[in-house]
Amino acid sequence: MHTNKFVGVALAGLALAVVQPVYADQGRFIATGAATTIDGAGGGGIVPWATLSSYAEEGQWGATASLTEVNVDDFALSVSAASLTFDNRFEFSIARQRFDLSTIGGELEQDIIGVKTRLYGDLIYGDLPQISAGIQYKKNRRFDLPSAVGAVDDSGLDYYVSAAKAWLDGPFHRTWLANVTLRATRANQTGLLGFGGDQNDDYKLMTEAAVGMFINRHWAVGMEYKQKPNNLSFADEQHWRDYFVAYFPTKSVALVAAYADLGSIAGLDAQEGIYVSLQATF
Amino acid sequence: MRWINVLPGVLVTFALLLPAPAAAKTELYSALGEEAGISRLMETFLLEIAADERIVEHFIDTDIERLHRLLTEQICELVGGPCVYSGEDMVTVHTGMGISHAEFNALVENLMTAMDAEGIPVGAQNQLLALLAEMHPEVVKL
Repeated sequence: MHTNKFVGVALAGLALAVVQPVYADQGRFIATGAATTIDGAGGGGIVPWATLSSYAEEGQWGATASLTEVNVDDFALSVSAASLTFDNRFEFSIARQRFDLSTIGGELEQDIIGVKTRLYGDLIYGDLPQISAGIQYKKNRRFDLPSAVGAVDDSGLDYYVSAAKAWLDGPFHRTWLANVTLRATRANQTGLLGFGGDQNDDYKLMTEAAVGMFINRHWAVGMEYKQKPNNLSFADEQHWRDYFVAYFPTKSVALVAAYADLGSIAGLDAQEGIYVSLQATF
Repeated sequence: MRWINVLPGVLVTFALLLPAPAAAKTELYSALGEEAGISRLMETFLLEIAADERIVEHFIDTDIERLHRLLTEQICELVGGPCVYSGEDMVTVHTGMGISHAEFNALVENLMTAMDAEGIPVGAQNQLLALLAEMHPEVVKL
């Protein structure tokens, strides 16, 4: 049944790709708005980057809307998200996640409100990286299952700092991008299983990273890594990673496909599968 | 921990430590089609600018033939060709123009379009873009 969703996302992407962009306020280069992460922030797939979503430069507004589907062995995550960016300085984002426990039965839902601000630098220009900081407020829409497995709270705040740098003429004369994000979090499985747990209830500092290479201005390949805490004794929580291909046909559309390895989730090991995300930029 | 788990971190570290490789400039000059190719590229570039309502106002009082000659000289010299740029330095030229980040990017986008139109390979495009990006502080917000 998820195959249909992927086909739908792909078709919607193609439909958007042929729409001529009519927006004047897109003062940054194509792909510098990146994609939308599962938590709604601008970035890759699972790691928020120091980049701000859309193509808004100084004095400009931009917005994005996105749909993401992650389909691993025993679970499926659906995310709808939107963002608003002003001045290449402030990014506001909202996301609703629905996590389908296909094998176990039932579902989890979470809402995320995020704000990110560029503190310093520019992704492209200068020798130093662009540095941004962000906060995400995450709230479970249902807490029965997280509570039953030992989660302490149904809401939580994540704090993160990201540094990103692009090299226009990197190795192989290709444009490369690297991003490192440090996140302070109490979230279990990024909050889908609540916040804090019987094993640990304190904030942990986690490292997340991404690196990508642009084959040309429209196609990029790369990988991401996301470290996660292990707060619940009922099941081991592991880091996530993904290997992605991103396509930016125009400044209006970004399409990302990835292989995702989400490790063990709720006692079910080796959750691997396909990640697909479609983003429209206005 | 399997090796693959630390691979992204290793690659990021590698990428962060790696200095931008020095452009093999004579190769770049050849890849751009030498002086004739650069002259053609600058013509296409100026036609793109002329059609770009975001920035064309900055060029209304410009002597386009002179600008074309100076741009060709400047790019030719920049990529290691046997030319000498005879114009004024970038800061002098752009002081008082108040060029915004978005306008600078628009100009570069026109160059990208022109390079695509002239069939310049991605690697050579990136080398030229990296050289021009270094001029950002000498052009923007002066």
